[in-house]
Amino acid sequence: MPIQYYIYLCLALFSIGIIGVLTRRNAIIVFMCIELMLNAVNLLLVAFSKMRYAAAVVADQNTSVGVDGQLFVFFIMVVAAAEVSVGLAIIVMMYRNTHSVDINFLNRLKN
Amino acid sequence: MSKLVYLIPLFPLLGFLINGLGRRSLSKSMIAIVGSGSILASFVLSVLAFFDVKANGASVITLFNFIDVESFKVAFAFQVDQLSSIFLLIITGIGFLIHLYSSAYMNDEEPQHYGRYFAYLNLFVFSMLLLVLGANYVIMFIGWEGVGLCSYLLIGFWFKNNNYNYAAKKAFVMNRIGDLGFLLAVFWLLYKLGTASYTEVFAHTAQLSSFDITAITALLFIGAMGKSAQIPLYTWLPDAMAGPTPVSALIHAATMVTAGIYMIARSNILYTMAPATQTLVAVIGLATAIFAATIALKQNDIKKVLAYSTVSQLGYMFLGLGVGAYTGAVFHVMTHAFFKALLFLGAGSVIHAMHHEQDIRKMGGLRKYMPITHITFLLACLAIAGIPPFSGFFSKDEILTAAFVKNPLYYFVGVAGALMTAFYMFRLYTLTFLGQFRGTHEQEHHLHESPWQMTFPLIVLAILSVVGGWIGIPEVFAENAHSLEKFLAPIFAESTKLAEHHHLAASQEYIMMGASTAAIIIVILFAVNSYKKYQTSEEETAGVSKLLENKWYIDELYDAVIVNPLHAVAGFFKNIVEKSGIDGLVNGVGRLVGYGSRQLRLLQSGQVGSYILMMVLAMVVFILIWFNDATIMRFLEKIF
Amino acid sequence: MIPVLLILIPLVTGLVSFFLKQPGTAKNWAVLSSLVTLAVAMVGIFFLPANQLAYDASWLPDLGSRFTLMTDGMGKMLCLLTVVSFPVVFIATYKNEYSNAHNFYGLMLLSQAGLLGVFLAADALVFYFFWELALIPFYFLCSIWGGNKRIAVTFKFFIYTFIGSLLMLAGILYLYFHSADHSFAIKSFYHIKLAAKTENLIFWLFFVAFAIKMPIFPFHTWQPDAYEQSPTATTMVMSGIMVKMGIFAVVRWLIPVFPNASAHYANLVIILSVTGMLYASLIAIRQDDIKRLIAYSSIAHIGLMCAALFSLNKTGWEGVMIQMFNHGVNVIGLWIVADVIEQKLGTRKFSELGGLAQKAPVMAILLVVMALANIALPLTNAFIGEFLMFNGLFQYNMVFAAVAGISVILAAVYTLNMVQKVLYGNTVATTENATEMSGNVQLVLIVLTIGVIVLGVYPQPLIDLTKDTVNAILVK
Repeated sequence: MPIQYYIYLCLALFSIGIIGVLTRRNAIIVFMCIELMLNAVNLLLVAFSKMRYAAAVVADQNTSVGVDGQLFVFFIMVVAAAEVSVGLAIIVMMYRNTHSVDINFLNRLKN
Repeated sequence: MSKLVYLIPLFPLLGFLINGLGRRSLSKSMIAIVGSGSILASFVLSVLAFFDVKANGASVITLFNFIDVESFKVAFAFQVDQLSSIFLLIITGIGFLIHLYSSAYMNDEEPQHYGRYFAYLNLFVFSMLLLVLGANYVIMFIGWEGVGLCSYLLIGFWFKNNNYNYAAKKAFVMNRIGDLGFLLAVFWLLYKLGTASYTEVFAHTAQLSSFDITAITALLFIGAMGKSAQIPLYTWLPDAMAGPTPVSALIHAATMVTAGIYMIARSNILYTMAPATQTLVAVIGLATAIFAATIALKQNDIKKVLAYSTVSQLGYMFLGLGVGAYTGAVFHVMTHAFFKALLFLGAGSVIHAMHHEQDIRKMGGLRKYMPITHITFLLACLAIAGIPPFSGFFSKDEILTAAFVKNPLYYFVGVAGALMTAFYMFRLYTLTFLGQFRGTHEQEHHLHESPWQMTFPLIVLAILSVVGGWIGIPEVFAENAHSLEKFLAPIFAESTKLAEHHHLAASQEYIMMGASTAAIIIVILFAVNSYKKYQTSEEETAGVSKLLENKWYIDELYDAVIVNPLHAVAGFFKNIVEKSGIDGLVNGVGRLVGYGSRQLRLLQSGQVGSYILMMVLAMVVFILIWFNDATIMRFLEKIF
Repeated sequence: MIPVLLILIPLVTGLVSFFLKQPGTAKNWAVLSSLVTLAVAMVGIFFLPANQLAYDASWLPDLGSRFTLMTDGMGKMLCLLTVVSFPVVFIATYKNEYSNAHNFYGLMLLSQAGLLGVFLAADALVFYFFWELALIPFYFLCSIWGGNKRIAVTFKFFIYTFIGSLLMLAGILYLYFHSADHSFAIKSFYHIKLAAKTENLIFWLFFVAFAIKMPIFPFHTWQPDAYEQSPTATTMVMSGIMVKMGIFAVVRWLIPVFPNASAHYANLVIILSVTGMLYASLIAIRQDDIKRLIAYSSIAHIGLMCAALFSLNKTGWEGVMIQMFNHGVNVIGLWIVADVIEQKLGTRKFSELGGLAQKAPVMAILLVVMALANIALPLTNAFIGEFLMFNGLFQYNMVFAAVAGISVILAAVYTLNMVQKVLYGNTVATTENATEMSGNVQLVLIVLTIGVIVLGVYPQPLIDLTKDTVNAILVK
């Protein structure tokens, strides 16, 4: 499968994520969109890493080029998981306080 | 003697300190004794100094270095010579008489104010002595400003009355305008010659260009305009009559206002070398003489008439200086001091008797109530009108003759002024002393001759007004009879050498004297006749009389042309430039920062969405900037 | 050691003062401290040999800055002014009550330390340090104990002086990097040779800082507000001494460091100064507030000093030197009277005053003497200074002198206005029950009056004291 397809998919996912973040006011949906963006990047990273490896392995059987891309993806997944737990906790707290998950209520740092 | 000359100003200074500090504890008689006694002591010393000068000539006594800087030195030094010794006699002599007079005139004051009065008066004499004794222009300037200060303090002596305070302030400020001219002249001298001492300046006149001399003399003359009340700086003097009458006699008639004449006579060499300035002095003097005389014709306040008369007589003195008749000017200073002090003191005696009524329309017939005042006043009027053999005749004649030699036009205008002088003086005399009393019954009941402290000075001054002119008998009457000229000759020697000499034929001089005297007598008779039967009338004056009564509206003109615009400009600076201009700029910088911050703060809305939008937009912008078009196109081509 | 002591005594006593909780103790402590400083200064200046008056110690060796202090004639005179003024101020305002008096007096003493440091410093960094040390207490003094509009006024004062200080710091750093031996010492600054264009540029960095301090038109608008709003004791120090920092700095740090630029811009600076003189005098005529009137009058006087400085001749400079001292004495005297009136009657408005001469004759006499000194009447101290300064200006350019001379006339107008409106006329409601001023104020004012007269009649000691500074700098 040509690399372009992966790129199209990633661009589409990322754009959906951005538009979702920009337009939606529900905190949970915003959150999901952020995840969508992260995963779009993850997918792209995996795709590129695989492609680079495929190109390098022709010259050298034992090469490990492109592994770092896969490693990044794991980092991102871990960070994203941590972020989700913190973020969901904040959203729950927010819901408890305001009975709403509308992020436009969050425009004030104090009070 | 010359070593002790510093005692002459020292006594009045001590008198000032004693009376000033002890005015609450000393009794009135004590104050009067200290005040008058200190001047008497100075007078005695002045007489000694006079004879010393007569015998031994001039001397300069240096006390200490006043200012000693790299570029010049100014010594605190006194110069006693013929000119200053004459002035010393006038100042301390008349000063003493007026102190004596004041001790009775001011007797209604509370002791502390009585003390204050004598303290100021002593301080004035001190400053005036400093002015004439100084051996350089800086010391003269110290006295010059000092007398201005005392004049200010004494005009505003009754400080509860704000009109008097305004008059005092006006006098001081107008004097200051002149003082600035004086000061600039001193700077000029110091700059060009590095010295301000008379002897050195006059010895080095050759180092000055003719422009320098003209400028210096003109600037000095501006100083004299202020102090001696000449056009255009004369308006303070009539207002200065707000002060007690003896003050008017001493300061605003006999001594301080003649400081300008003293100064020019002192600098006679410079003036003789600057013909342009001399013409200016003569023209201004003549214009003032005639202008003030016209105003005096229509004034109704006894002191105002005398004030304008003083301005006018000072004009004659400047005319004399301007045409090179320095001796004549000094002579007129002297005779004028006698008769004008006498007139003021006589007026004071009248005002005293009338309980501070000064309007001559409400007087009349005082002759029978106040015989001594009447006789002395009449003698003074004759003297100022220029009737021979009274003193005014000789001095005025000397000036006018010199003016005729210079330019006959000066002479005729001057004689016209003299006729007006005779008219307004005898109008004043007639309205005050002849006819019927026009005041209230109560005033009439209280009319009385003044006590001896007041009449004694009147009598002494009256004698001097009569005989004072005899020290300056013109050549035509007798050879070598002009003893004043001989005495002053060393002072004016240089100028005499430089000046051209024209002598009138004796016959011509006789004709001029005779004609003018006859004209004056006619004017006097006319004046007496027309005002003898004067009755108070409430008629509005109109036309020229109204113009004269309102002093040609000069005060109003100055207000409109100088005072009000300055006030407006000051207000503009204060309210507009300062507040909106400079402060506006400074605060504007602050406000701009504040405004910018407020606008920027709007971006920080707290809406996460807007932050992200901005982030995205910024990233797009950055990408577009970072990679040029070609890179992006290649990238897109690759993908698609 | 004497110079160090002069700085240390007020510094330490000032810091101690913050811990004195009794207001009375703090007050007496401050008076005592200022008197001790006065005594030390007197001994140092009049009785000790000149080598005792300099001090040098390592400070920031890595930066090339040493803690160097020196005293020349001008330094001596200004130190004398400072150490004389503080006891005078403290005693004259002894009866005034301040909340948290210990802090007030502490800050006042700190400012004294700063002022003395400025006058003694012979190293640019030390100079800058003390310059700021002298200013900071004033911000607090004005913003805590000032009048109603104190916050806005302090803010303006702060912005002005802060901008000035920043520019000066930039200038100092520039010079530091261009000095031959990378040092802040005044001697190396004097030897720096800059290209004409840079010199002209750096000149302005310094000049603006000093012009704000003096202040010179159009950098002056902080001053009337700050004088008006500050507590009067602070105002006295500000106008009596602090503004002299600006003139002092021009003499020591500007003209000798930038001789060519100073000559190049002399005309411009003098025009600014003379404009400022007339401008301030005119505004003073329209003032209705004693403090603002004195403030504008002070601006006019300072303008003359600046103009005389940039005439760059000895006569003018000698005038400036003695006028720095005399102006300090006179203006403090005027402020004392203004303070007495405000404390007693609760107003400074001319429209609410009048007739005080009847109620308080001693005060009237002393105010008149101070007012006469303010208009430079001969035989008062200010006359000598103004005479020499005008003379210097006249030698530089006659027209400037003549135009500046108009301010002499205007000075008479506004000063006599003040005298008339405060003292003369009939009493009004506010002054009906006025009483004579208290003994301590009378004492102080009489001392100042004697000073005014004595220095007016015999000014030579002051002239001789500062001759060395004038010669040293102008010969360069």
